[in-house]
Amino acid sequence: MQVLVALSGGVDSSVAAALLAEQGHEVIGVTMRLWGGESDTGCCSVADVEDARRAAAQLGVDHHVFNFSDEFDGFVVAPYVADHASGRTPNPCVECNRHLKFDVLLRRAELLGVDAVATGHHARVHTSGDGTRRVARGADPAKDQSYVLYPLTSAELHRVWFPIGHLTKGEVRERARALGLRTAAKPDSQDVCFITRTGGREEFLGSRIPLHRARVVDTDGRELGSTDAVELVTVGQRRGLGLAGGAGRRFVVDVDVPGRTVTVGPPERLLADGVALDRLVWADRPVRGAVLAQCSAHGPALPAVVEPGPDRTARLRWDEPQRRIAAGQSVVLYDGDVVLGGGLAI
Amino acid sequence: MSSAPDHDAPHHDAPDAVRGAAVGVVHGAVADVADLDHAATTRLRPEARAAMEPFLDGRHGNPSGAHALARDAVRAVDEAREQVAALLGCRPGEVVFTSGGTEADVHAVTGGLPVREGVPVCSAVEHPAVREPVRSLGGREVAVDALGRVDLEALDRVLVELGPAASVVSVMAANNEVGTVNDLAAVAEVVRRRGGAPLHTDAVQAAAWLDLAVVAAPAELVSVSAHKFGGPKGVGVLVVRDGTPLRPLLAGGGQERGRRSGTTNVAGVVGAAAALAATVRDRAVTNRRIATLRDQMADSFVATVPGLRMTVAPGTDRSHLLPGACHLTIDGVDSEELLLLLDRDGVAASSASSCASGAQHASHVLASLAAAGNDAAASDAASLRLSLGWDSTDVEVDRVLAVLPEVVARIRTHRARAAGTGGS
Repeated sequence: MQVLVALSGGVDSSVAAALLAEQGHEVIGVTMRLWGGESDTGCCSVADVEDARRAAAQLGVDHHVFNFSDEFDGFVVAPYVADHASGRTPNPCVECNRHLKFDVLLRRAELLGVDAVATGHHARVHTSGDGTRRVARGADPAKDQSYVLYPLTSAELHRVWFPIGHLTKGEVRERARALGLRTAAKPDSQDVCFITRTGGREEFLGSRIPLHRARVVDTDGRELGSTDAVELVTVGQRRGLGLAGGAGRRFVVDVDVPGRTVTVGPPERLLADGVALDRLVWADRPVRGAVLAQCSAHGPALPAVVEPGPDRTARLRWDEPQRRIAAGQSVVLYDGDVVLGGGLAI
Repeated sequence: MSSAPDHDAPHHDAPDAVRGAAVGVVHGAVADVADLDHAATTRLRPEARAAMEPFLDGRHGNPSGAHALARDAVRAVDEAREQVAALLGCRPGEVVFTSGGTEADVHAVTGGLPVREGVPVCSAVEHPAVREPVRSLGGREVAVDALGRVDLEALDRVLVELGPAASVVSVMAANNEVGTVNDLAAVAEVVRRRGGAPLHTDAVQAAAWLDLAVVAAPAELVSVSAHKFGGPKGVGVLVVRDGTPLRPLLAGGGQERGRRSGTTNVAGVVGAAAALAATVRDRAVTNRRIATLRDQMADSFVATVPGLRMTVAPGTDRSHLLPGACHLTIDGVDSEELLLLLDRDGVAASSASSCASGAQHASHVLASLAAAGNDAAASDAASLRLSLGWDSTDVEVDRVLAVLPEVVARIRTHRARAAGTGGS
């Protein structure tokens, strides 16, 4: 088959392309140019395009660069900024997968008449008896990326492959070394690709939206101090508010951007019985009842009961009270290792 | 996707030197590509290859020496210089060999190091090799008309405003994206009237087609790049007319009469001279043949592909274009998708100038045309540059005639379907 492989310039996607080529598929390597601005986190940089191109050449496959920077700006960066401006906590990697890799790129593959799109994600595709496909956790629990892939539906998963999902990271590097790929020892990319390590979120957001000073108060309304940028504060956050010690551990329990107020309190004030979700995506059909719910890329999957509502909403009730989930965070629902769906915390 | 190479297909209209060279490239290179991107680069002419070969082998001397090998190289470079001078209409002492068009342009605009004092001026549609140094020196850009020719009245205004501060005026002989030719005599008249800053012309695209001995005669500084007319890459010429002050950009061993240091690229300049000689020799025949092919191609597309037009030739008059230039704008498609599908069907084309990463970016040339009221350039239509060259064949043109309408239709159908299913 003809397969379009998204080559980021990293080791995972290089090996994904190599495995497909070994299996006899006609591989077309593609690097998406997503971010035109500054980056030092090892994603989308010129050096990465070069690594991808050299890996493709080593594997004897064609390589193209697709410029999706306008789409990336519109679907990922702008919503990221808008979310922060309204006090939400976005996950840009989820949005990039949702809109860029598995919509814009998938449509480009269709235009080319290519059968499938493959990426180097650590995830697998699970097919149930009735043919329904769902994302499943990768074989390497430490590297599992199923969380950021939850927007993929069964229909899309008929055309999406994860060739390295059954390997551990160590096995991937081993394959890369055996193939002599120059990406074999390349460090993993981390963090948000368009946020520089040196400047951080503050510099990035500060150049796009006004950041506002806010009062920090306790749950009785007593003023404890202030913070420079209320837009950067997340519910559940403990550090970085410059509060003096004493009076036990305090967490952010509420962020009121228009009111310029951050409320902190003891950990028990963070606990919630459940969370309401919107923009819900089900891999196949709505699921009701007992699930495992994961609220961050590598957080624990906790037992809960889900009750779907109208208009792509759902209500999740924890078996045991849990820390509140910041609005805008993705909550992904699993059955064992299989992703049933997910949505954004309201 | 690839069919068998087409070495044996008859090329009725092609000159002998071209036979067997077009679709299905010789010497085991990229197979089965119709090259419609000659504005980016051209194949080495056989005359250039033959002239270069001895200097890639036994005649390997460095001209900056005192022995027989060096004298052999000196003689070859002298002869190449004389040949180039005769073909470009200047004296041998006015020829400075460079590493290519970019170096020649940057040298002309900056005046060498330390840079010329004053404010450089250029047209708004110059190649980045002119535009970037002009910008970095705080220079001025002059608007163009809807066809891409520099606006002489706007130039006049800028030069009046700058007065003696204008340090150089740079106006390209022909544009690299859309192929429009400027009237350099008219430009020179304005420049002379307004204080007489040296006139530079980037003739990199024009050299393959126009008689620079005539066309570029009004310019004190003329840039040329060998690989655009069948010479090797990495060789350029800056003509510096006598009396035009110029410091070296690269100082060092004092080659090129101290104007450009660095060991002379002997094989390169010999190949450049041979390529230019062949270009001039065949010019009348080539230009007629290629303009006819270009017109067939453009007429066919305009007649058969809805929503397609020539960007800077709205009517039937194409006399202001280089013979090989065919810049199109096409509604309802995306440039990157267009190039990708053309590529997969064996057609090499470009959407703007062929620089940098290969990823597409907005064209400053189209933006300038749009500002001058060119509706085609102002639309969000895709742009496509098809450029023919000295060895283009009817077989290659037939290929793009067959492929482009089909590819455009495929993209439009796909877009309509994606819109129907409500993609994000």
